[in-house]
Amino acid sequence: MTAANQALGRDGGPKPSLKGRGSRGSILADRAATAVLWGAGALVLLILGSIIVHFAVAAWGVVSPSFLLSDPSGDTLGGILPILWNSIYMLALTMLLAVPIGILGGIYMAEYARDNALTSAIRFAEESISSVPSIVVGLFGLILFVDDFHWGFTALGGALALTFFNLPLMTRLSEQALRAVPQDERAASLALGATKWQTIRHVVVPLAIPGLITSVILTAGRVFGEAAVLLFTAGVGTPPHYNFLNFDLTSPASPWSPFRSATTLSVYIWKLNSEGLGAFKNQIVDGSAAILISMVLMFNLGARLIGRLLTRKLTAA
Amino acid sequence: MAQVTSPNSASGLRTKRSVMDRIDAPQIVVFAAAASMIAIVVLLLAFISWQGLQLFLKDGVSVGEIFSPNWNPLADGGPQFGILPFILGTIVVTAGALLISTPLSVGVALFLSEVAPQWAKSIVQPALEIFVGIPSVVWGWLGITVLVPFLADTFNGPITISLPIVGQVFSMPGFLTGFSWLAGSLVLSVMVLPTITSVSYDAFRAVPQELRTGSLALGTTRWQTIRHLLIPSALSGVLTAVVLGMTRAAGEALAVQMVIGNSPTMPAAITQPVTTLTSQITLDMGNTVFGEPWQDALWTMSLVLLIISITSVVLVRVINKRRLGS
Repeated sequence: MTAANQALGRDGGPKPSLKGRGSRGSILADRAATAVLWGAGALVLLILGSIIVHFAVAAWGVVSPSFLLSDPSGDTLGGILPILWNSIYMLALTMLLAVPIGILGGIYMAEYARDNALTSAIRFAEESISSVPSIVVGLFGLILFVDDFHWGFTALGGALALTFFNLPLMTRLSEQALRAVPQDERAASLALGATKWQTIRHVVVPLAIPGLITSVILTAGRVFGEAAVLLFTAGVGTPPHYNFLNFDLTSPASPWSPFRSATTLSVYIWKLNSEGLGAFKNQIVDGSAAILISMVLMFNLGARLIGRLLTRKLTAA
Repeated sequence: MAQVTSPNSASGLRTKRSVMDRIDAPQIVVFAAAASMIAIVVLLLAFISWQGLQLFLKDGVSVGEIFSPNWNPLADGGPQFGILPFILGTIVVTAGALLISTPLSVGVALFLSEVAPQWAKSIVQPALEIFVGIPSVVWGWLGITVLVPFLADTFNGPITISLPIVGQVFSMPGFLTGFSWLAGSLVLSVMVLPTITSVSYDAFRAVPQELRTGSLALGTTRWQTIRHLLIPSALSGVLTAVVLGMTRAAGEALAVQMVIGNSPTMPAAITQPVTTLTSQITLDMGNTVFGEPWQDALWTMSLVLLIISITSVVLVRVINKRRLGS
């Protein structure tokens, strides 16, 4: 160890320094730099920790079963039931569209795509959509669904815009999950006479399930919190009282209908803040933000936990 | 090859397989799914460009006019659609965010790749992932309830720097309300931190281990290795990270809109309210009517945003190509 330390110039012994001198100075600089880098790492935890504590405190006394399960109200604290419902509904509708398309696209990119111009065009499109501001994707939805299709502000329009925005993420994560499956598995399956598609369906995809589930959950986390895409596609109005027994999908009053406006939690936070009305505005926003953060934490921990459990189960079998 | 496969071709399996191979419906389906992204981009570009050009084509505003500093859609002597304050606002708020965030993010990336023991890594990395997931309205709300009041209370007087003999060398009005350029940059700097960190981290990890051991064997300290070897080798990766962070910062709408005060004037000082392309679109789009010149100007602003983001995608590609080429 001493020899190693000496070689690393850590005990100040004679050393063939690049600079030739100032070894003590360079050791001090090294110590200082190490401390600064630890500080940077610690700062990340400090910020995140304070955010979580801040919202835990702010939401104390606001978030309760009645807050989650009642309608918004003008003069009392009220609740966020229809908005929470919309968030979950929009998430489900978006994932219904984005997951199959994303996984299929990921299969193409991982298993079929050759190194040619077409593939690089797809990659360019993938990167472009990821870097287009979410508000611009929302505006695209505004022209296409709200104006051109004359849908007005609808849950479906919002879900489609969200799908556009998150498809690159879902596709890329699925591609990575599929690429992580060892090449030997494919070779073995093909050697048994299976076709390429049989190999993908019965060998590659099942082995990639843990990774695919992680990608679904990570995408879901992003969809759940997104607001800018939805402002001009799914609407910002405070939802009316929902009758959850109204299953008539063509009725705009039904909470199950995709053709009604659907304000989600994130959009609601933005709206309350910009309108600045109501005596309980701050409490409602704090409570809603706390719920959003808890969902983000749950999505994250869920992705980790399920991924780990499934990997263990599938690799042990 | 033909000899090997010929015994199989007589069997039923072989026949079935060759039919499957010829049609290959699955391949068409998965290709369509991947190629749908091309369709989305093409449509998005077409629609936003068309709407964004209406200001010039239909409303007769000249391209030169939009680069004026005067934004006043309701002016008496005819509307003025100078979007320069928004473009500059986006640039300065983004630049401020990058100035704050880049050193910190690169520091976190170096910490994770060079310094942190496994246990520390396994705490900081998940924390960064949670950072990514925090919705932008929540960042904006934190800005409003924590950062903005803090700035307003702490620095409400004029900020001056005086030197002995020379006297006052710098003076800037204090924060009136706290809603300001600096508030926007600070909120954005936290939001882009995970982006810059994770991309730089990958760049540092990509530097071969032999180079590190070689450098250390020459008797350098870890910091000397980082400064003289790692940072130069990973520079293009770090640059990519900063460009990606820039793209995210310039396109972020709601968090910024909530804290910058939204005053459609040229940016003056970091303590003063500013406005950006995204925040003005967010604020005005709902108050305007489809087809009126005011809204057309907003579409032009979204076209500018689109051009910024596509340019940055190309920029990242150029940086990466150069890295792979060298």
